[in-house]
Amino acid sequence: MTKQIRQLDRVVIRFAGDSGDGMQLTGDRFTSETAQLGNDISTLPNFPAEIRAPAGTLPGVSSFQVHFADYDILTPGDAPNVLVAMNPAALKANLADLPRGADIIVNTDEFTRRNLAKVGYTTSPLDDDSLTGYVVHPVALTSMTVGALAEHEVSKKDAERAKNMFALGLLSWMYSRPYESTLRFLERKFAARPELVAANVAAFRAGWNFGETTDSFSVRYEVKPAKMQPGTYRNITGNAALSLGLVAAGVRSGLPVFLGAYPITPASDILHELSKHKRFGVVTMQAEDEIAAVGAALGASYGGSLGVTTTSGPGVALKSETISLAVALELPLVIVDVQRAGPSTGMPTKTEQADLNMALYGRHGEAPVAVLAPKSPADCFDAALEAARIALTYRTPVLLLSDNYVANGSEPWLLPDVESLPDLRVEFATAPNGEDGTFLPYLRDPETLARPWAVPGTPGLEHRIGGLEKADKTGDISYDPANHDFMVRTRAARIETIPVPDVEVEDPDGDARVLVLGWGSTYGPIGAACRGLRQRGLSVAQAHLRHLAPMPANLGEVLRAYDRVVIPEMNLGQLAHVIRAKYLVDAIGYNQVRGLPFTAVELETMLEEVLKNV
Amino acid sequence: MSEPVALKLTAKDFKSDQEVRWCPGCGDYAILAAVQGFMPELNIPRENIVFVSGIGCSSRFPYYMNTYGMHSIHGRAPAIATGLSVSRPDLSVWVVTGDGDALSIGGNHLIHALRRNVNLKILLFNNRIYGLTKGQYSPTSEVGKITKSTPAGSADAPFNPLSLALGAEATFVARTIDSDRKHLQSVLRAAAQHSGSAFVEIYQNCNIFNDGAFDQLKEPATRDDHLIRLEHGQPITFGSTGQFCVVHPPGGFGLEVRETASTPADEIVVHDATVTDPAYAFALSRLPGLDLRNTPIGVFRAVDRPSYDSVVQEQVANARAKVTETPQQQLAGLLAGGDTWTIL
Repeated sequence: MTKQIRQLDRVVIRFAGDSGDGMQLTGDRFTSETAQLGNDISTLPNFPAEIRAPAGTLPGVSSFQVHFADYDILTPGDAPNVLVAMNPAALKANLADLPRGADIIVNTDEFTRRNLAKVGYTTSPLDDDSLTGYVVHPVALTSMTVGALAEHEVSKKDAERAKNMFALGLLSWMYSRPYESTLRFLERKFAARPELVAANVAAFRAGWNFGETTDSFSVRYEVKPAKMQPGTYRNITGNAALSLGLVAAGVRSGLPVFLGAYPITPASDILHELSKHKRFGVVTMQAEDEIAAVGAALGASYGGSLGVTTTSGPGVALKSETISLAVALELPLVIVDVQRAGPSTGMPTKTEQADLNMALYGRHGEAPVAVLAPKSPADCFDAALEAARIALTYRTPVLLLSDNYVANGSEPWLLPDVESLPDLRVEFATAPNGEDGTFLPYLRDPETLARPWAVPGTPGLEHRIGGLEKADKTGDISYDPANHDFMVRTRAARIETIPVPDVEVEDPDGDARVLVLGWGSTYGPIGAACRGLRQRGLSVAQAHLRHLAPMPANLGEVLRAYDRVVIPEMNLGQLAHVIRAKYLVDAIGYNQVRGLPFTAVELETMLEEVLKNV
Repeated sequence: MSEPVALKLTAKDFKSDQEVRWCPGCGDYAILAAVQGFMPELNIPRENIVFVSGIGCSSRFPYYMNTYGMHSIHGRAPAIATGLSVSRPDLSVWVVTGDGDALSIGGNHLIHALRRNVNLKILLFNNRIYGLTKGQYSPTSEVGKITKSTPAGSADAPFNPLSLALGAEATFVARTIDSDRKHLQSVLRAAAQHSGSAFVEIYQNCNIFNDGAFDQLKEPATRDDHLIRLEHGQPITFGSTGQFCVVHPPGGFGLEVRETASTPADEIVVHDATVTDPAYAFALSRLPGLDLRNTPIGVFRAVDRPSYDSVVQEQVANARAKVTETPQQQLAGLLAGGDTWTIL
């Protein structure tokens, strides 16, 4: 039959299934196909901490949401237009997020009495009227996949496992995606087992052909490429971009990168990624614990490497003492905190921004460090380079606050020209700097307040450093009251005077009275909410902080130019607290800690209320 | 390869300009003098030597050495030194630590440095007490020890540092005594020659909080009857007249002390530090009780195993050997990896 083709400007699809159903992979492949087509994309994986929660249960549901459009988008989308539900649990867990009229593709083979009972359905929602208002497409995904692979030399289990490729084939057909990259991917993934390549390709094609021939799907959709800045793009997650940023920092500084890390969700992927890049001279060490990880990184920095440690909130807590030592030693160190919902183990696969206080203040003594946060997955690349620049130039620990949302989410990344990346070269001390040929390890550069980086192996500069308070210039142990006061203030000034770019305000109408201030991963939802308000004729200004310590010099002036400042955060008001204390601005917090990013709609609703009352 | 140039350094070259501030009479002075006296033998330029310490009396050590040095955090010296050593295999990295620093707060880092076989020379000054915090019992104090924090006697069973190191499969394990400069230097020499982790326990007297802890191993009247001086390839006999020997009784797991006169010569254990199975050195480490009778000193174990540093650096070198592009070209290739698309 001839299918109708309908043009759409944007679509949100959520793939949901059991954590063993391969939904992350399916979503990832669909995203890659979509990227090839030139749509703008934003993705949101959502999975349980358990590697394999009991099959078919609600806690075992894993999902992957992809939002793609023919214009630039800022978030993975609030509500899916299409839900692919591989079992009753996936349907039940996600149904509440679907607007009426959404398409639901269900794998009917999994809607057995046993599976329905596992999630508390007494009757099948496919048979009663509970899905009235949705467009339900019942598809016997598993049995059709097994049927399509009847002639293939694979076990029944392997045939059933290919059902995610059937689903991908169907969705790829439905949205007219180019699938060559998926076929290439399958060849790579199963290179060692050609029979699985053939089976998965066959499953994919069966899904595609099913869409083409069945009456169940009468419409095919197209989403035209977005108008994006010319250049070469790739789709990238925050953790991958951050890893590449660190590799780039090594190349641009000419220093070996040393990563000390202990496995922790959601930061481990950075360790995995960096461990592949030994040809860049990157050394990775999986340490015995979080403390050893940062200790080894600091030891490597002392020896002239760019020392890096990557972790999540609980790990930062353990590293705190060593970060304070790095403050006293005044050595470069990059600490990456991929934040997750806390306290304690909390919800390790869910996002939150509640480590800001710890990053700013979580050390003993007066121990200031630079703090910055990426605003989106691709921005993690630039943020990592910026963290390295500050660490190397100012010889200080830098805390980079990523979070689970940007770390695992993805978006198109316009590949930078390598030559245009910042020049991070540093000069090690090579000669005595004191009168009479002595070496003064704490004699500072008057401009940066950085002390010389004199690495072991440099003749004539042998010196001792440590955690005890040091005398200005000589670095000798000192208990002198005036010296301690001076050193504490100097370490504070060292961070406070780091030049950082001014914060930019987006206020296209120019007459906004309300400013929305954010930091980190809330950039997308805040931006989408502001856009929504402006489309309805309302004026609102948006500013987003990358640098949290020190803060941009113009921030006070910016804040005071508005009648109201609203600060949405995935914590109970940590930035708002700082802003109120530092700038005496009566900022309003909007706070949620649900382990999920804000939706644009909720922020828009909230901001509309604020606008009404100004 | 040409012969290395003799640097002609002396002990004086290794003395820093800092005033040494241990308590008068502390065993640390003797160790410092022995180390400074030994260092010229290494014929390594001072700038290529780094001393890293944790926290405690012994951890002040780096300040007094005219080399590179870092006085770090309580217990963390092995971790920090690991990062330095792995990233800078050209350096000679020494860790100075104490019984509290290495075995209590830093126990984890110590055993992991040893099992990895990081190229570190670890000197553990064991005085069986906390000195810098003024006299609490330590993880090597004997059971029942009365201290400020244990007025009724310590209830903790102590660690045997050498047994612990051997349990972690350290490749070089030795013990020496602060007051025996010649022996101490001979052990340092062997440790310095070892590739990989070298763990050296140094019995050290704290004359303020635990004075005389090792006296019976030091006093001329008693020491010969208690000290077992291990020498590679020699039968293990000791005592003022050689009246005692060490045997491996059939059917038993460990070693025992017997009277030499009643023991056939071929039953006396001949010391071999190169035995691969750590069980032998472990048995040696179990000979003395906490009363210090039958205390072996010297090199218990010295076996070859690739150091962590060398394996890590070899992986990097192998990966780099295949590179033909400039780093900038390499980076451009990496960034453009995966599926890309171009918008014109």
